[in-house]
Amino acid sequence: MMDTDNRPFAIRQYAPAQLREALKRMYLIRRFEEGAEDSYTRGMIHGTMHLSIGQEGSAMATCMELTDDDKITSTHRGHGHCIAKGADVGRMFAEFFGKETGYCHGRGGSMHIADVKTGNLGANGIVGGGLPIAVGAALSAKRLGKSDVTVCFFGDGANNEGAFHESLNIASVWKLPVIFVCENNGYGMSTSTARSTAVPHIAQRAAAYSMPGTTVDGNDFSAVSEALHIAIARARAGEGPSLVENLTYRWRGHSKSDRNRYRTKEEIEAWMAKDPIARFRAELIAHGILDEAGADAIAAEAVADVQKGIEFAKASAAPDLSEVTRYVYAEAAL
Amino acid sequence: MNVQSNPVTSDDTSARVLSYAEAIREAMAIAMQADPTVILMGEDIGVYGGAFQVTLDLIDRFGPDRVMDTPISELGGAGVAVGAALTGLKPIFEFQFSDFAMLAMEQIVNQAAKLRYMLGGEAAVPVVFRMPSGSGTGAAAQHSQSIEAWFGHVPGLKVLQPSTPEDAKGMLLAALADPDPVMIFEHKLLYKTRGHVPEGSYLTPIGKALVRRAGSDLTIVAGSIMLHRALEAAEKLAVDGINVEVIDLRSIRPIDRETILTSVRKTGKLLVVYEGVKAYGVGAEISAMVAESDAFDYLDAPILRLGAADAPVPYNPDLERASVPQVDTIEAAARRLARREV
Repeated sequence: MMDTDNRPFAIRQYAPAQLREALKRMYLIRRFEEGAEDSYTRGMIHGTMHLSIGQEGSAMATCMELTDDDKITSTHRGHGHCIAKGADVGRMFAEFFGKETGYCHGRGGSMHIADVKTGNLGANGIVGGGLPIAVGAALSAKRLGKSDVTVCFFGDGANNEGAFHESLNIASVWKLPVIFVCENNGYGMSTSTARSTAVPHIAQRAAAYSMPGTTVDGNDFSAVSEALHIAIARARAGEGPSLVENLTYRWRGHSKSDRNRYRTKEEIEAWMAKDPIARFRAELIAHGILDEAGADAIAAEAVADVQKGIEFAKASAAPDLSEVTRYVYAEAAL
Repeated sequence: MNVQSNPVTSDDTSARVLSYAEAIREAMAIAMQADPTVILMGEDIGVYGGAFQVTLDLIDRFGPDRVMDTPISELGGAGVAVGAALTGLKPIFEFQFSDFAMLAMEQIVNQAAKLRYMLGGEAAVPVVFRMPSGSGTGAAAQHSQSIEAWFGHVPGLKVLQPSTPEDAKGMLLAALADPDPVMIFEHKLLYKTRGHVPEGSYLTPIGKALVRRAGSDLTIVAGSIMLHRALEAAEKLAVDGINVEVIDLRSIRPIDRETILTSVRKTGKLLVVYEGVKAYGVGAEISAMVAESDAFDYLDAPILRLGAADAPVPYNPDLERASVPQVDTIEAAARRLARREV
């Protein structure tokens, strides 16, 4: 039966309700990022931030089969991962606004956004910082006899860090249930992978650590979810780690300081034409999962959720200044 | 070595004697027996037994799933321990030499120390790093350092320095009971030293210094092997009627402010002795702490510090000995301080 069904993997694999929820979360990521950018411009968010507009398909499809017991480690470009894993955008905005109601009580901000209850162990300000931590989370699952897996998001920039190589090696030697997901958006800040990385595809580096390595179109929801489906099954079966490389692109600059002197307008426009949300939406409509009106309704829900989230953040209280050292150590100790 | 026993929670008053290394091993075995989430990780800690034979035969008792040889991969290994601690295990990670922790600074300082804070108290990293440290083994510049002060500068970490077998055991058990990352600096020259160690489980309180020798003329604050040198110097000074109070620092972060200030208020003179490089070290923090407190008014001589020379640890044995405080240099400094010849 299956081999006569040549519809895309995601359409075959997931229930319509799951697919609609995935589209909703992709819209939510896009609108969240836009809302964060707008709030930053208005001076309501300080510091910097790294937007993932254009990478929503990679974040959502990667998390498609994960439960709250499964863990992720995320990156400085981590807002999308957090939403894809199930976070509430109101508490995320509250964190960005530095409020006590934020996921990190205003101590972390954009670069450390986390939601431990949904299995998100946190974004990380250090390139490659989350890689060994993800392997440790996978070690916990194995030692504690759980079937949880850990997905380790990292960017192309991290693949030249020692932490990448040490982590893949240890995960492979110990056959740990971790999936390394490289979101290759072509640039580590301004330096292209061609100028930084000795292999044409980062997934090739899996061979050095005796694990499967796959390169997929990171803006193709179905392709990413299928690659993850295979890697997660392998991890849950105790067969060890995998490396999946999602080729994608960030529409915005690296951070708020980016003057975009290293990419051409043509290149950016060519990638914008491969918008993962538009593609997924069209695919769902083409396969009868929803119609245009239904898709518009989902998109409108995302707009409303983001608006509500910003209002919640605005109305929330800031941390008390006397609590600057709170959370350095456990409260009971010391 | 002749030092006072601790006031600990154990009621064992037997004369049972263990080495410092055996005491650490006993603590690990007790913890692993009691708590299946405790695991050991490190380089060559399995069949080899650890570079200093501290883990020795624990692999035979607990198996390779709980006594895990890591690759020579300090950043990765320490980071795996951090991630495991974040998700339900209690890893004890042994750096083969504390010097090698520099390869893992990212995971210790940027991750382990900060995760609880960055995540607003929603996460805990109950990892213990064991740090064999110190000079005196002829291992030269990259295997002999005393870098505990580096970690004293990092909020989120706890930094301990046991000087006796009893404390080595009690501090490791206390570190495991603590929900935050703890680094324990074990002096390599102390591993074979022997002393009374109570049976069973007991916790040496973190952040408490201990007056090991009471005195009235001057205060010496010292930790780890420097405590023993300071005590020996104090005995020699006693012959000349100089009565030295010797405080075992035990915990660098948090630091026991009260015990130190109380002693300085009593003696009016302070000498801080430590094996790390003198500049920007533990002594600077303690000196400033006293200078910023009411105890300053009780000082009747300048505060003195004795630390390592402003150089890497040298190979030549005489140079090596000369590069860090010894009994004779401590004695001489204390004598000068007692006579206000500073």
